[in-house]
Amino acid sequence: MEKKDVPQDHGIFGQWHAICYVTDENGEYVRTTSSGWEPTNIANGIAWEFINEELAEVAEKVKKAELSPLAYYMKKHLMDVKMLSRYSGFASWRVKRHLKHRVFTGLSDATLQRYAAVFNITPEQMKDIP
Amino acid sequence: MPTKGDHGVFIHRQSAHCESGSTSNLLLNYGIDASEPLVFGIGSGIFFGYFPFLKVQGMPAITYRSAPGRILKNTARRLGIRFEKFTFKNPEKAMDALDEIVDKGIPVGLQAGVYWLPYFPDALRFHFNAHTLIVYGRNGDGYRISDPVFDEPVTCSRKDLMKARFAEGMLAPKGKMYYLSDVRGKGDIPGAIKKGIKEACRLMVKTHVPIIGTGGIRWFGKALRWWPQKYGERKAILYLGHAIRMQEEIGTGGGGFRLMYAAFLHEAAQTMGDDRLLEMSKRMTAIGDRWREFALHAARICKNRSAAGDNFDLLSDIILDCSEQERCLFSDLSETVR
Repeated sequence: MEKKDVPQDHGIFGQWHAICYVTDENGEYVRTTSSGWEPTNIANGIAWEFINEELAEVAEKVKKAELSPLAYYMKKHLMDVKMLSRYSGFASWRVKRHLKHRVFTGLSDATLQRYAAVFNITPEQMKDIP
Repeated sequence: MPTKGDHGVFIHRQSAHCESGSTSNLLLNYGIDASEPLVFGIGSGIFFGYFPFLKVQGMPAITYRSAPGRILKNTARRLGIRFEKFTFKNPEKAMDALDEIVDKGIPVGLQAGVYWLPYFPDALRFHFNAHTLIVYGRNGDGYRISDPVFDEPVTCSRKDLMKARFAEGMLAPKGKMYYLSDVRGKGDIPGAIKKGIKEACRLMVKTHVPIIGTGGIRWFGKALRWWPQKYGERKAILYLGHAIRMQEEIGTGGGGFRLMYAAFLHEAAQTMGDDRLLEMSKRMTAIGDRWREFALHAARICKNRSAAGDNFDLLSDIILDCSEQERCLFSDLSETVR
């Protein structure tokens, strides 16, 4: 890539820039900055689109009381049962149980507190989805 | 023990990639001016691996660089520099240990999960745990951080930094921290460059493992053709987006580190006075541009949601071409450092 061709497609980096190594008019390598590139912006958008679709499906199920709010927060923070188990300290099978609406409603405040701490929210917020 | 890096004084040089950048910046602050591409080359950062059986957040793992930690380790060994490395079980103890060293004025490298770093743009906050940054000072609750991929130094609270250091999942950092303990090294740059190139060539063309190196690129290229049939249209698009992100998004300097490697070869040619390396640099640049061409076409397919077979055939052809060109290049490159 040559310096004059460095893309400046503002997008996922926000206020920040990325460093690119490119050749200048004399064929020497130089460092330069780019505010983004459209293909990367598209690829990143695709990833979030899929995540948001899945999150909407989970939210729908929570509203129908098929899943607990924990399932929503887990998805929102891009976690799976294994990862949430590592973060919360609960065994996987217990996390899985807590995803059921019926089990979740009977959880103690201490348990909710542990999950809430993982997601940086209050136990009160844990009880429902936004 | 060196006492470089007074409280809050650290030369921050923005880099394309976190690990080569933080290594290069640490060296710079100890008076060794090795550019990021030079560190990347000496540390044999260039690589390729396609691991379809290994899933990263449900997607096949593709990597364009060597395993996290290799660049630092290789660079230090080849330049005769020593560093101390620690991991922890207890987050509080890990933070106290960090405080102790930072308060002495020594810059400390950390491995961290980007998901918990609040200064990251929201769009990039995935569970990627092998990010590297440097803490060079603290002021009350705020840690002064030189994160090499950002324009300028940033600040992060103790709580957030602790969480990032103990991120869970693949490549969990387990509070890993390190600092340079002896920088009086031999500083034999030409020798280090040779060793760096040798190992890169070995990994790229001489391993006989079909899923890594240039063989891995070929494997990836062949597999790509069948993605729409194998995974279905929706998932093929998702995986393709993932491949682009691995190549371009996460601090690679463009073309999946290939352009940075070309910059390294260019610098190596000047250091060693070897014109053959200059020729290699030009070829590597062309390969990097070819990879970018792949990203461009792939993104177009993602955008139009047209995962028809012939679209993927085109992508496959580009990748196979990259594989062949890289195989020739690394074979020729290994001749120059015999």
